[in-house]
Amino acid sequence: MSAIKVENISKSFGKVKALDHISFEVERGELFGLIGPDGAGKTTLFRLLTTLLNPDEGRAEVDGFDIVKDYHAIRERVGYMPGQFSLYQDLTVEENLNFFAALFGVKVEDSYDLIAPIYHQIEPFKKRRAGKLSGGMKQKLALSCALIHRPSVLFLDEPTTGVDAVSRSEFWDMLEDIKQRGITVLVSTPYMDEASRCDRVALCNEGRILGIDTPTDIVAKYDSSLYSVRADNMYQLLLATRKATGVAECYPFGETHHLIADAKFDIEQFKGELADIKGLYIEPAEPTIEDMFIKLMKQ
Amino acid sequence: MKHNFLSFVKKESLHILRDVRTMMIVLLIPVVLMILFGFAISTEVNNLNVAIVAPNRTEGVRQVVERLTNNPYFTVVDYDSSIDIDKVLRSGKADAVVVFAEDYEHVIAQRAEGIDTHPTIQFIFDASNTNIAQTGAAYLQNVVSADHSQQELLNLHLLYNPQMKSAYNFVPGIMGLIFILICAMMTSVSIVREKEMGTMETLLVSPVRPIKIIFAKMIPYFVISCINLATILLIAHYLLDVPMSGGLGGIITISLIYLILALALGLLVSTLASSQVVALLISAMVMLLPMMMLSGMVFPIENLPTVLHPLPYIVPARWYIEAIRKMMIMGLPLSAVIKEVLILIFMTFVLMGVSLKKFKDKLE
Amino acid sequence: MSDYIISIRELTKCFGDFTAVNRISFDVKRGEIFGFLGANGAGKTTAMRMLCGLSFPTSGSGTVAGFDVMREGEQIKRHIGYMSQRFSLYNDLTVWENIRLFAGIYGLSKAETAVRATEALKRLNFTSERNTLVGSLPLGWKQKLSFAVATIHRPEVVFLDEPTGGVDPITRRQFWEMIYEAANSGTTIFVTTHYMDEAEYCTRVSIMVDGEVRALDTPARLKEQFAAESMDEVFRILARGAKRGG
Repeated sequence: MSAIKVENISKSFGKVKALDHISFEVERGELFGLIGPDGAGKTTLFRLLTTLLNPDEGRAEVDGFDIVKDYHAIRERVGYMPGQFSLYQDLTVEENLNFFAALFGVKVEDSYDLIAPIYHQIEPFKKRRAGKLSGGMKQKLALSCALIHRPSVLFLDEPTTGVDAVSRSEFWDMLEDIKQRGITVLVSTPYMDEASRCDRVALCNEGRILGIDTPTDIVAKYDSSLYSVRADNMYQLLLATRKATGVAECYPFGETHHLIADAKFDIEQFKGELADIKGLYIEPAEPTIEDMFIKLMKQ
Repeated sequence: MKHNFLSFVKKESLHILRDVRTMMIVLLIPVVLMILFGFAISTEVNNLNVAIVAPNRTEGVRQVVERLTNNPYFTVVDYDSSIDIDKVLRSGKADAVVVFAEDYEHVIAQRAEGIDTHPTIQFIFDASNTNIAQTGAAYLQNVVSADHSQQELLNLHLLYNPQMKSAYNFVPGIMGLIFILICAMMTSVSIVREKEMGTMETLLVSPVRPIKIIFAKMIPYFVISCINLATILLIAHYLLDVPMSGGLGGIITISLIYLILALALGLLVSTLASSQVVALLISAMVMLLPMMMLSGMVFPIENLPTVLHPLPYIVPARWYIEAIRKMMIMGLPLSAVIKEVLILIFMTFVLMGVSLKKFKDKLE
Repeated sequence: MSDYIISIRELTKCFGDFTAVNRISFDVKRGEIFGFLGANGAGKTTAMRMLCGLSFPTSGSGTVAGFDVMREGEQIKRHIGYMSQRFSLYNDLTVWENIRLFAGIYGLSKAETAVRATEALKRLNFTSERNTLVGSLPLGWKQKLSFAVATIHRPEVVFLDEPTGGVDPITRRQFWEMIYEAANSGTTIFVTTHYMDEAEYCTRVSIMVDGEVRALDTPARLKEQFAAESMDEVFRILARGAKRGG
């Protein structure tokens, strides 16, 4: 039995179709990522699966329970960390944790082994009010609170948004650790580079899923020929490359531009056409999740 | 699974205790309002300056003047056989002028024999302050004609609150207002704050029925309101000399019912509002204002236009204020306000029922 | 006119006994895209506020667009463009009303406003959305529009605070092309971001850790200096030692 099973779910708010016939399954103990920009419908999907909303169409199960009929059973066994920091800013770290324990009818000590690796880092500040914590510490407290009742499925809505790269990577280490303890984790993120930290990912955009697979297999399906180009003046290069023969597309990609070539493309000819660009350098490039996302978005 | 209800109450109490400023305001509002209405904003007649015009200083006139002079609420500023009335009033020297007819003594005597005659005393009031003019006229009339051995011009008696002390009138009104303010407004705002902060989402995604948390939220506000009730009763009794001859037990009983009603009202507002500002607006515009207008607190219900006459029947504060007025000022026992009590209990059940039904444990 | 649009020395900001920004010094050349990176809590926001004339430094000296950061905050505000991730446009006003409002705030005349607004809408391919409420636009569009609005008065330097957070990869790139275009026509760009690939787009990058600027150079030279493959790695090496935040 899968931990999460979504079948053909749709949800609209007025005229806006937030989710448009979505289906996917998450295996038990999997770390599953929903990757996509704002407006992809990730938050709506989380609210459906945590039984905060009912779908317009389709059905879904969490831990074997129907999200509409058995929503009380689901609320007993899932942990949820909404996108907005949702702890009590005027209560201390300790008070927040105790309150959430009481909410789920458990004792902090009983789950201490599970939350210890995370909570341990903020324990020195347990008398501090949650509102006075730094972003990274708030996140750790929220995660501890979401784990306090040993949920079987953990839902994390954009936990790393607005967080710097180092804290982000630490957070993913914690998720890895939680997964090792047999908890299924569904996490959403707008950062494409975090996809590699998931077992499987679903690329979402505008209420639809563009593709589901392991991060390596998603990239493996990329079938266009991709090059990276570089020059002294990158903007000039971008404009020139787009005009060159056999260039289907060219977009900035970190320190280089990525160039998608069509059948007519020839490296030597390209170099010739751009002879007046200083410091021109071109080489074949390995596609990333982000290249794939851009490709799928354009289809 | 046993959820620790007490720890929810504790959490709510912490929220209130941490917000010291709001808590102080909530606790001080009743004190300030009571003192404001009781002393500063008084509609009662105090230090009314009276000028007296009497062409003949007869025994009858002298008696009336003496009564006015001895009354602490009046100051006789002028007593003469003829006065420029307009000038006296315009200069603000006097608020009222009492004019005796030339044949005062004769008319009184005639009346004693049962002969119907024309009026003999005229009151002229500076009515630029209608409140003073109205209450002053009534009281002045009362004092002037207080001698029962004489046949009166108008047989007017003010019962229960003979000096028309405004504190008497305002205490029940303030009680009706404050409990709505604190119970309804504060609970609705604190519930809606959870929605606004996003914590409601986390609360909903937990096995606890959110209504349990809502009830835990109401308890601290109920306690604060009880403190306020005690404060108001103490100030009313010791500072404003409100007699409360109907018995304290009855007043407290009906107040507790009203508190629960106010809490239910707050819960209802919280189900309708999505932000704290909206909750405040609903509380203020939809609850407080009509309550002040329609409960008889500020304007007598009888003065409303006929179309609006059914409205006060659905305003809970009206029934509460009426009951409190009866018990506090008229000195009636609880048994005399059974109708009001039953109506309030009925309203509480309806409001609780509707708001519990409207309270969703989902986001839409 | 000096070559530097921003030039600061030993700029410091203390809140009580907490030093949020500790003696930072750097120069930003005209027409540069200057990446301003830092871990959460490193003091980026505080530093940016001082540069935008929104708060006065505790000590230090410097100029932004030719005005003194210690004294001429008001002048600075009038001569720069500013766009933040959170607040930039009014959702309940239309695209056109927003442009007109901000043009008015920056003191453009009616005629000038009309010309520049039409031009901006054309460049964004927004002409058909002129009367659409901003609230109903997708996030990426809003951000592009905010940028156009922040530069409507042709400031010499524009400050962008995490302009592309949560924006899809295609729109994010379109956004950066707007930045390139603006930089190419001489506007200086001062930008913060959490996307490390965007750090690579910058002419020069500074990295703040614990209130101090720990590194400042072109992305290529920073990678060389820290023997790193990418800016992501450079950032990690520097931010890992951070004492604050985390």
